Amino acid sequence: MIESIISLSYLVAVVLFIVGMKMMSHPDSARQGNGIALLGMIVAIVASMLTPGLNNIVLILVAMGLGTVGGLYFSNTVQMTAMPELVSFFNGMGGAAAALIGLVEYEYLPAGEIGQGVVLMVSLILGSVSFTGSMIAMGKLQGKIGDIRINKIFAFFVFGLAVGLAAYILYDGTPNSPLIYAVLVISLVYGLLFVYPIGGADMPVVISLLNALTGVTAATTGLLYDNMVMFMGGVLVGSAGLILTLLMAKAMNRSVANILFTSFGSASGKVAAGSGEEQVAKEITQYDASILLNYAQRVVVVPGYGLAVAQAQHAVHDLEKVLEEKGVEVLYGIHPVAGRMPGHMNVLLAESDVPYDKLIDMDDINEKFPNTDVVMVIGANDVVNPAANDDPSSPIYGMPILEVNKATNVIVIKRSMGSGYAGIENPLFFDAKTRMLFGDAKKVLNGLVAEVKNM
Amino acid sequence: MEDILNYLVDNQQQIYIFILAVFVGVEVISKVPTVLHTPLMSGSNALSGVVIVGSIIVLGNTASDNYLGLVLGFAAVLLATLNVVGGFAVTNRMLEMFKKKPAKK
Repeated sequence: MIESIISLSYLVAVVLFIVGMKMMSHPDSARQGNGIALLGMIVAIVASMLTPGLNNIVLILVAMGLGTVGGLYFSNTVQMTAMPELVSFFNGMGGAAAALIGLVEYEYLPAGEIGQGVVLMVSLILGSVSFTGSMIAMGKLQGKIGDIRINKIFAFFVFGLAVGLAAYILYDGTPNSPLIYAVLVISLVYGLLFVYPIGGADMPVVISLLNALTGVTAATTGLLYDNMVMFMGGVLVGSAGLILTLLMAKAMNRSVANILFTSFGSASGKVAAGSGEEQVAKEITQYDASILLNYAQRVVVVPGYGLAVAQAQHAVHDLEKVLEEKGVEVLYGIHPVAGRMPGHMNVLLAESDVPYDKLIDMDDINEKFPNTDVVMVIGANDVVNPAANDDPSSPIYGMPILEVNKATNVIVIKRSMGSGYAGIENPLFFDAKTRMLFGDAKKVLNGLVAEVKNM
Repeated sequence: MEDILNYLVDNQQQIYIFILAVFVGVEVISKVPTVLHTPLMSGSNALSGVVIVGSIIVLGNTASDNYLGLVLGFAAVLLATLNVVGGFAVTNRMLEMFKKKPAKK
């Protein structure tokens, strides 16, 4: 009876996991999705506590209590900017827990059960790698750990050693072999070697990968106990995590292989001197851009000559109207020399009936940028070039600009990566906050209007 | 070799489930807007804390005189709980930015 209830509870928990995760992939339902997944987790935990013949209930409750207090403390005190570090930390905890389970269970491993043995070793090795790897990733995000070049072939050799030793233990079959601790230590070391050489900027992708790894570890632990909720939950995290890793790498314009193997050997010298890091502009899709806009409090449009060329003044007004209907404040930041003549933009926008009080002059709008969620730069370039402020060697150094990089997000709508009227590079396009949305301004804006309307 | 084949045959069901679950995971994640990448990573990270179930079973099955086992099991439950609670809490904080503001009409 009680066993059936436990099994069915696990089934319910798995369904809740899947539904929760599906809901989390859309902004409107994401929060409820998280709650539903949490509910699934609570169901799973309560069910596992009901397992007949469970000892040490007090110890279990104390450990869970401490973990809850710690988890809530860390997650509520951390700065929003430090979130990825914390996610990495929590991920490492999960990996460590799986590795510990493997270690304890090894004692009870029945002799001759090769299949179970393999599953256990996978849990132990991947859990350990995920633990130390996540800790290093966290340190790198905090800037406490620099890039250390490590020969990947050497690192791979270390991994091979852990696997080989694990295989030997299983083949040898001596119960309770102390060599298991060697497997643990070597795997921990491999986790360090795995993440050390990867650059800090690529850490989000690495964390996502380690997260997938922890998922796989949870799945193998589930196999060990023939426990469906751990198995399904783990596989789900593993496959979703892997896809997410690929998506993130794509959004950053990097390939996963590139990230993981850049320091392969020593020939492909990546940033040997620590400078001249290759600059990559990041793209955003129309769909993602419309979500950013839709959930913003204040959007500032910075129009430039490109807007005039594309005859997009009506399209931008349409977008403004749709966003205002959704409760987003939309303003226009007008640089005195935007366009090809003074007042070019004012005239253009007035033509499409943009209310005049929405057109804000440079000095006034610059004060508002720090409280702006999204700046949309449409066909403007030099007037938002931060080099004018901070690069004395730039030809436009000293020119007053619209300081759009003080806003939370910047979307640049542009036909291509070409430089502006002054023919100089714009570091804004490579800023971490900036996303490029390539295309004809009118077409892109009309597309955004349609997307926002549908939300 | 035969051992491994036997193991695979004995666990065919798990293998079927594994394959289907992989596809479910992929399906669930496809077409995620970039702004949700980090929250989703965090959320699935919280889910990988499901090893807490294993930790509870491990600690619950450890004899009360096996001190090493108790310490390791205790640590496993503690760490897995950190993963679960912290993971969900931090995800929730991230997602607060998507709270829909009251529309002014």
